[in-house]
Amino acid sequence: MKLIIANGYVIDPSQGVNTGGRNLLIEDGRFIGLLDRSEAAPHDAEVLDATGLIVSPGFIDMHVHLREPGQEYKETIATGSAAAVAGGWTSVCAMPNTDPINDSPAVTRFIIEQGQRSAMANVFPIGSITKSSEGRELAEMGEMKRAGIVAVSDDGRPVPSAGMMRRAMEYARGFDLTVVDHCEDRSLAGGGVMHEGHWSLLLGLRGMPATAEEVDAERDCSLASLTGAKVHLAHVSTKGTLEAVRRAKQLGLPISCEVAPHHWTLTDEAVNTYDTNTKMNPPLRSQNHIEALLEGLSDGTIDAIATDHAPHHADEKSLEFDQAPFGITGLETAVGLAFELVHRGIITLERLVELCSTNPARIFGLKERGTLASGAWADLTLLDPQFQWTFDVLASKSKSRNTPFNGRSLTGAAVATIVAGRIVYLHPDFSHLTKPKSNAASNSAQRRK
Amino acid sequence: MEFFNHRHLLGIRELTAGEITHLLDTAETFRDVSKREIKKVPALRGRTIINLFFEPSTRTRTSFEIAAKRLSADAINISVSTSSVSKGETLVDTARNLEAMSPDCIVLRHSMSGAPYHLAKICSASIVNAGDGSHEHPTQALLDALTIRERKGRIAGLNVAIIGDVLHSRVARSNIHLLTKLGASVAIAGPGTMIPGEFADFVNEGVRIESNVNDAVEGADVVIILRIQRERQDAAFFPSLREYAVHYGLNADHLQHAAPDAIVMHPGPINRGIEISSELADGSQSLILDQVANGVAVRMAVLYLLAGGSHDGLEHPSEGH
Repeated sequence: MKLIIANGYVIDPSQGVNTGGRNLLIEDGRFIGLLDRSEAAPHDAEVLDATGLIVSPGFIDMHVHLREPGQEYKETIATGSAAAVAGGWTSVCAMPNTDPINDSPAVTRFIIEQGQRSAMANVFPIGSITKSSEGRELAEMGEMKRAGIVAVSDDGRPVPSAGMMRRAMEYARGFDLTVVDHCEDRSLAGGGVMHEGHWSLLLGLRGMPATAEEVDAERDCSLASLTGAKVHLAHVSTKGTLEAVRRAKQLGLPISCEVAPHHWTLTDEAVNTYDTNTKMNPPLRSQNHIEALLEGLSDGTIDAIATDHAPHHADEKSLEFDQAPFGITGLETAVGLAFELVHRGIITLERLVELCSTNPARIFGLKERGTLASGAWADLTLLDPQFQWTFDVLASKSKSRNTPFNGRSLTGAAVATIVAGRIVYLHPDFSHLTKPKSNAASNSAQRRK
Repeated sequence: MEFFNHRHLLGIRELTAGEITHLLDTAETFRDVSKREIKKVPALRGRTIINLFFEPSTRTRTSFEIAAKRLSADAINISVSTSSVSKGETLVDTARNLEAMSPDCIVLRHSMSGAPYHLAKICSASIVNAGDGSHEHPTQALLDALTIRERKGRIAGLNVAIIGDVLHSRVARSNIHLLTKLGASVAIAGPGTMIPGEFADFVNEGVRIESNVNDAVEGADVVIILRIQRERQDAAFFPSLREYAVHYGLNADHLQHAAPDAIVMHPGPINRGIEISSELADGSQSLILDQVANGVAVRMAVLYLLAGGSHDGLEHPSEGH
């Protein structure tokens, strides 16, 4: 089966491609190559007319919580990956804090199989660093790697001991697994429910100081230097963390980091009315930290945009602020919020593709992803930078509704998502893009007149 | 003249200086009711007020109950221990059940900051915050202001020192909002663990932070002493009660630094010999019992303005003079 993505503007940083003159040919789920527009298309190919759209290698979300197995009332792998493709993500990396924790090859295989059954986004499991993420004994990283994990993390229950983390890094290095850390020193952040600062004082809520993240980030950079392991800092949210990453990168250490859209979009002032959809960990920070994140996005210190999609049931969020769980959904709003950065001139479109596709594939060593190179998997995200829309949480594909972005007007969206050559999501306003192959060519020809 | 235009009383932060003054003026008219032989006016006859207390409290609950009864409202007290709630029924479900019985006003005391906001989103009854976590305790700040105004004749231009665990104190927060909105200057002092530097910018007007009690009290017209919560002892915010009493407990020597006619207040209940010496608590400058009396008047005013409804009926309470 052949598919041609015609007339789009192709951006693929992995090959240095940034051009309007190419059509993309896909066959049997793989990229065949970039054809010059003057070349005749194979007559038996289906055509997707991408006029006015950006054609990017598929977006990869390095950080999601799909809640299956164990908490299917919040989300399932099927609903989570449906939300992913609706948001433009062709692949999602599932954090291991399920029930049971993904600390064994059996759980890893289950997650992969559920992902294949749902047949939407690619689902790549992340294994735990320690057994039950308890921070005491190493989990079976080698066996999980053989079963299909792409990284290890104790996200949400960060490894408290530097000695344990050292062993984990040394061990993970032997399997070429990136160690993903949620940086938080619980002795500093313990009991906190929001960023510590002006607003936590005003609201009388216990604060988590930026320092709690930063001392752990500094620790991890130092341990990366000691062990030589690949270390990826999840959802960085503070100025000091970025300074630590910047220094580590200047020293040539194998450190990378990701940022979540809510952290550059909202400040801690959003907690003002005790809306539990503004409660997440790391918390929304103050404006000076946001400035630092924007600088890191612009200068390359930040490698990736990841959602930290964390669905929770409405009943759980409808509690006192102290009692409600941390986390918000993010798969369907991330690309729209990332386009705000493009329109404000903070990042270029090419950089957007790097942050959402090229770099995530490189950091987790995802072979034949994050690129449009011949032979790679035909995962594609088609973007309309000017598309105006309003996020309506009631139309969300996720099982959960915990977002602070309901009703937000956005400009720019992923309008089509293709996984292994199959169109798994097409925005309803863009259904005209796919026409029966017999008249697609003439349609696009007419439009060019 | 500015009226009180809110459906709920959640905090002082949301109020304007004019609204606060209006509340205090209304409380003054009610103060006399408690001095009469028949301590009752019919202002809230037929209204139902629920005191929903998720934290143990004797004086605040009693004060609200007496206030409601002196206004002829039907007052019901419900005490729930927070631990049993976290195991079973949520605050939302409790509130919906109470709502089904059509109360006009729910007075909420809760150990968690923001709980009254949560309730206000789902209830049609007026919500009065009777203290939420470390956030606010608006009626305490109002009764403190009424007490200060009664003695000093004004709030504007006064120097007020607040001494103790400011970090965890809802009383301190509400007082800082109220006093600065009405034009007073506020200084705070206490152990470094309980006075974060961010308090300097807590309000637009600024707060003066001192590490030494004498420096905070220097020239003060009003000294407000905060209660040390002994149950916080294990959280290691200070080494021992003995050390706290020596360095931060207020005594007559400290008061030498204040203005000669300075007044001393405390939200109660007091820990004698810890945050305040008995000499000071029982001395002529102490207004601790005046605060309690004013508490009833302030809560009558709050319940009247929220549950009484019409603004044009404000002359009612003084009709019986």
